[in-house]
Amino acid sequence: MKSLEDLKKMREAALKRVEMREGEKDYRVVVGMATCGIAAGARPVLNRLVEETAEKSYNCTITQTGCIGMCVYEPIVEVYGKDGEHTTYVHVNPDKAAKILEEHIGKGHIIEEFTVNAAQSKEA
Amino acid sequence: MYRTNVLCCAGTGCTASDSALIYDNFNEALKKYGLENEVKVIKTGCFGLCQKGPIVAVYPDKVFYNHVKPSDVERIVSEHLYKGRVVTELELTDEDLITKEKIYDIDKIKFYEKQQRIALRNCGKINPEDIEEYIAVDGYQALGKALTEMTPQDVIDVMKASGLRGRGGAGFPTGVKWQFEKDQPGDEKYVICNADEGDPGAFMDRSILEGDPNAIIEGMAIMAYAVGAHHGYIYIRAEYPIAVQRLRIAINQAKSLGLLGKNIFGSGFDFDLELRLGAGAFVCGEETALISSIEGKRGMPNPKPPFPAVSGVWGKPTSINNVETIANVAQIILKGAEWYAGIGTEKSKGTKVFALGGKIKNTGLVEVPMGTTLREIIYEIGGGCPNNKEFKAVQTGGPSGGCLTEKELDTPIDYDNLIAAGSMMGSGGMIVLDEDNCMVDVARFYMEFIVDESCGKCTPCRVGTKRLLEMLTKITEGEGTLELLDEMEQLCYEIRDTALCGLGQTAPNPILSTLSHFRDEYIAHIVDKRCPAGVCKSLLTYSIDPDKCKKCSMCARGCPADAISGVPGKEAYKIDTSKCIKCGACMSACRFGAVVRK
Repeated sequence: MKSLEDLKKMREAALKRVEMREGEKDYRVVVGMATCGIAAGARPVLNRLVEETAEKSYNCTITQTGCIGMCVYEPIVEVYGKDGEHTTYVHVNPDKAAKILEEHIGKGHIIEEFTVNAAQSKEA
Repeated sequence: MYRTNVLCCAGTGCTASDSALIYDNFNEALKKYGLENEVKVIKTGCFGLCQKGPIVAVYPDKVFYNHVKPSDVERIVSEHLYKGRVVTELELTDEDLITKEKIYDIDKIKFYEKQQRIALRNCGKINPEDIEEYIAVDGYQALGKALTEMTPQDVIDVMKASGLRGRGGAGFPTGVKWQFEKDQPGDEKYVICNADEGDPGAFMDRSILEGDPNAIIEGMAIMAYAVGAHHGYIYIRAEYPIAVQRLRIAINQAKSLGLLGKNIFGSGFDFDLELRLGAGAFVCGEETALISSIEGKRGMPNPKPPFPAVSGVWGKPTSINNVETIANVAQIILKGAEWYAGIGTEKSKGTKVFALGGKIKNTGLVEVPMGTTLREIIYEIGGGCPNNKEFKAVQTGGPSGGCLTEKELDTPIDYDNLIAAGSMMGSGGMIVLDEDNCMVDVARFYMEFIVDESCGKCTPCRVGTKRLLEMLTKITEGEGTLELLDEMEQLCYEIRDTALCGLGQTAPNPILSTLSHFRDEYIAHIVDKRCPAGVCKSLLTYSIDPDKCKKCSMCARGCPADAISGVPGKEAYKIDTSKCIKCGACMSACRFGAVVRK
């Protein structure tokens, strides 16, 4: 390391490894990871969410939770905003997950067609 | 890219309860569940809440597990990390520690709420064995700023304006100390980090070194730049093996990145750092004795002046700062003198780390702004005395300090207030005593320590403290007289006024301070031949109340000296005082409270 510039570069690279332990993010993205969720394919969804967030530095944390109780809709991804409002996305796959991050976290737009409400009204 | 970080405390306290095995088990279990590329296990420094160790924290979920056993690890992995269900039985749930009924958030733990962590900022947050994690949390930015944007005098001016004072106990202004050395002629100068933490019950410095060794390296490099030194020593006791090992790792990593060595950040500034291990002599924390020890001589103090800033190690100008002082340096450079001076009281700026121990619920490490009261630390952070016992006193400043009582609990803590109250800040050991502690015995404990640790160079300390110990022992054995008490007090003043170094001069403090607050306890030992707290064995007698005795024989079976006789079911038991060794085994064996200690 020969200059402050080098230090800055190293800091940028290392930051991703520790930032999940720091401070508050605007959104919290929670993946249902009980047996039902895992069986329905929640693991690739979770991994895709983590990769995309790391790559594009979305302002959110990715965590997991147990069974949400609507096993039929798994994999389920819930997005919690700062004020506690939350959106439930159902039947998520890795590509949908990437899209949710891009639209919801990135631009603040809820993707209505992926939500539980849309799925239920379709059935009704 | 990992989705979850599992932080295992690898401080000395948690390591003593198997946290190294917990770390290994995590790695094994993660492999078993195929999660090794998703979840990373990280060893960190002390979280501070040692009472609840071993501690495991899971991020970003912010779940705080306490009292984790190696056998719990698989459950955490299979339930929490694999299926996303927090293992609630292992979560911190103590009512006095958490603010909400169920918490999933480390930041909401009461123990941390009143704290402001500057010196401990990275302890329990980063991996101390990975310099890149330190760099990620702004590490070495302050050194870069000092070397490229500031002159040495700028650095010293910032330190002066910040109001930082030496955290080793004496409270000398750090910037002023640096200025003395800088103003000395010559180009061979040294800086030293005093990591010879020796007060019984103190572990602040150890935890900083174990949890954030790079902060010390960075702070020392800034200090060296300011005073014009190119070589530094960290003097640390060999009894701190984990701290020594992490410092070695950190120094090697800093050297390989060019953060130590020649021409740092292309600024032309060279700085090299060496460890010097001490054998654990208390007197080597005294700066002139420490210097002798670094030079390979016997660790004994020398009269001052000359002060180390004029003639220190190898006869060259030297600045010596304590670990905690140095841990604050980089933050002050980075955030500015005004920020730091805005924390604390008028004459004592910033925060202070205390090692909370003794009769206290939440044993551990706390960092609070100066001006916090003892009551807030002991009751709001520490949780008060366990088992509903009554608080009696708090001992601060170790063997050089004194006791403070209920009356002083609302004193805002700073250097000057504690001295005015008859104790001292010291390095930060804080030992809480309850109704079961005998103050004469406490004074005797510290005097025993001093007698062991006196280097023997000057007569007042070598002979005087030994005499003090003999006098105290007489009192605890019921052979004291009121004349002896006066003689002892007189001798205390003589030692204080004539001993060579700080160790000897302050050695009588535990006696003087207990005498001023608890003279009645001394009198009880001398006149009534009674130890009010029931500690001093020679003054105790055990007996059995025949009305309460259920004739069950439990006491007699537990007696190691065969001093109890009776007939099970028929005859109440009796203690033969000539055989009794006063161990108290009968008292703990009796379920009916029939054994009486007087």
